[in-house]
Amino acid sequence: MLELEDVQHYLLTRPHATIAQYNFISFKNAESGCKWVNDIAEIVGTVKTVMAASETDMRWVSLAFTFNGLRKLGVDETSLATFPEPFRQGMAARAQMLGDTGINHPDNWEDNITSEDLHAVIILFARDKEERERCIKKHDEYLKDNPGVETLSSLLIEAVPPYDYVHEHFGYRDRLTTPVIEGLGIEPTPGSHPSSKAGEFFLGYPDETGIIPLQPQPEILSKNGSFLAYRKMREHVGAFREFLKANGKTVEEQELVAAKLMGRWRKTGAPLVLCPDKDDRELGFDDKKNNSFDYEKMDPHGYACPIGSHIRRMNVRDSGVSRIMNRRLIIRRGGTYGPYLPEDADDDGANRGIAVFAGCADLSRQFEFLISVWANDPGFEELNEKDPFAGSINGAFEMTIPKRPIKKKVKGLNAFTTVTGGAYFFLPGIKALKYLASLK
Amino acid sequence: MSNTLKNGWSTPAAIALPKEGYFKKEDGRYGPVFPQTPANYGFTVIVKVKPGREDAIREYGKTIEDAVKGSPNVLAPLKLHYLRWVLFDVGSGLHFMYQGIFDTDFDKYMEDAIALFNSTGVTTVFVNLEGFPDDWRTNINAVVKFFREHQCPSFLEYGEYPYVSADEIKKALKLKDAFSAMLDQMQ
Repeated sequence: MLELEDVQHYLLTRPHATIAQYNFISFKNAESGCKWVNDIAEIVGTVKTVMAASETDMRWVSLAFTFNGLRKLGVDETSLATFPEPFRQGMAARAQMLGDTGINHPDNWEDNITSEDLHAVIILFARDKEERERCIKKHDEYLKDNPGVETLSSLLIEAVPPYDYVHEHFGYRDRLTTPVIEGLGIEPTPGSHPSSKAGEFFLGYPDETGIIPLQPQPEILSKNGSFLAYRKMREHVGAFREFLKANGKTVEEQELVAAKLMGRWRKTGAPLVLCPDKDDRELGFDDKKNNSFDYEKMDPHGYACPIGSHIRRMNVRDSGVSRIMNRRLIIRRGGTYGPYLPEDADDDGANRGIAVFAGCADLSRQFEFLISVWANDPGFEELNEKDPFAGSINGAFEMTIPKRPIKKKVKGLNAFTTVTGGAYFFLPGIKALKYLASLK
Repeated sequence: MSNTLKNGWSTPAAIALPKEGYFKKEDGRYGPVFPQTPANYGFTVIVKVKPGREDAIREYGKTIEDAVKGSPNVLAPLKLHYLRWVLFDVGSGLHFMYQGIFDTDFDKYMEDAIALFNSTGVTTVFVNLEGFPDDWRTNINAVVKFFREHQCPSFLEYGEYPYVSADEIKKALKLKDAFSAMLDQMQ
């Protein structure tokens, strides 16, 4: 059973927060870094405390470290060598394999995220703007007393209107599928993956093979930890809306094109497999139904949900494509940054998009596979295309929509998204945080 | 596939490959990526057999036959054209050759492939080979390493209908059947 009092809450609970901030941190020396970890660890929420949270809770804090961060804090080289290669190398070093080339190349990434001096991220969720400002001010004041720790960059995460459903800047409803972990008392909704073994996301537990895989050493450092893949993607809302207009004459047609790209209707998340022609709000918001479908039997040719649509690429549901979907899952956390672009406004060129952490136990098998193969492999199911949203597309964009009598190609002049940041972090358990704090 | 469109499936093509098996080193998740050739993706793994295990290995031919008979789509995720298993001895002891031709970069789907081998009982055939990791059930990286270490890259590959995938061939044959059926109805 997962040690809920030792696991950071981040991947397992969703606090009642409306706003968040990521602060990317650098340590000048081990003493300052360890002191910071020691001081912050006190307020890091565990799954247990956050699950039992009361309505009066105002803020939630999580801490994660890069490989350089662990080294800087004083983890010895023998231990460091036991961490998996993707984490040791960092995301930027693996750009070619991940498909982060051209405009998506790490040379163009923002927020100093590729800096060798990036050591940690502190993720703050706050109930409201006032609480966020209070916390950030307090952290900034704290850093004045601990000048060996500095903030390399910050990113403010805030929901965009309309607030009646969770969505990103393009307007797609989000958080419709998330892995469920065995033993936490939550049942997967119909059609979702069966509950996962804790070891798929947390180190030190049996995974889907039934065994506990080799873990980084010492155990006190790795147990109850997870790896996080951070990904910042800029969303080109103007290009997206132009694309819809160029490929649909009426509002209804444009909405259908938007749905074909995703595999779900934009505002409700209702799956195209179950309602291919018209959005169905009731279905979209019914958790018992909105994942209750497959492709192999219900839509083998993709006439309802195109084979190249985002949800069909990233969650294949089809045993002809993969027999180990249960080993490709990630827990996604994150949200939108940047200003809202109103429906009728021209693109103002502002930087807006999503900044997401993908939690998993094995960066290579889980996160890197999803990005390098299902998002970016043009050979995926013979399509010669990439994922419309998660794919790294340089220049023009194209997608095939199966249609009788012949398939239709939708085309755009520019990609809708650009990768503008990324890094690998290790999210330790609470005992591990204390261990790290004690290194100096 | 893009290559088909570019060069045309009707023009046979051959490609000579450098010793490493690739022209430009591009790292995948498990090591250098081997390129697609006119004969698509593939590998040739050659490993020495442990003494006295020949019959055990030959038995597995039947195991795979039965698995595919029982569930014809069992190997579908591997996007295979052909598998060839050969046992031979040219004076240096018995060797096992495993040659596969398929339409995906094998490395990309390595974990899927190993999970499939495990679920169909194929993996246990490799236990009869020298150097196969003892912890193969749990240590995927060691299994991948084993395959990569024993992979002998081709120095020439040829395709009579280059770069065409198994799915495209199956679609073409289905179309042919459909046209035949249509013509029958026109009689």
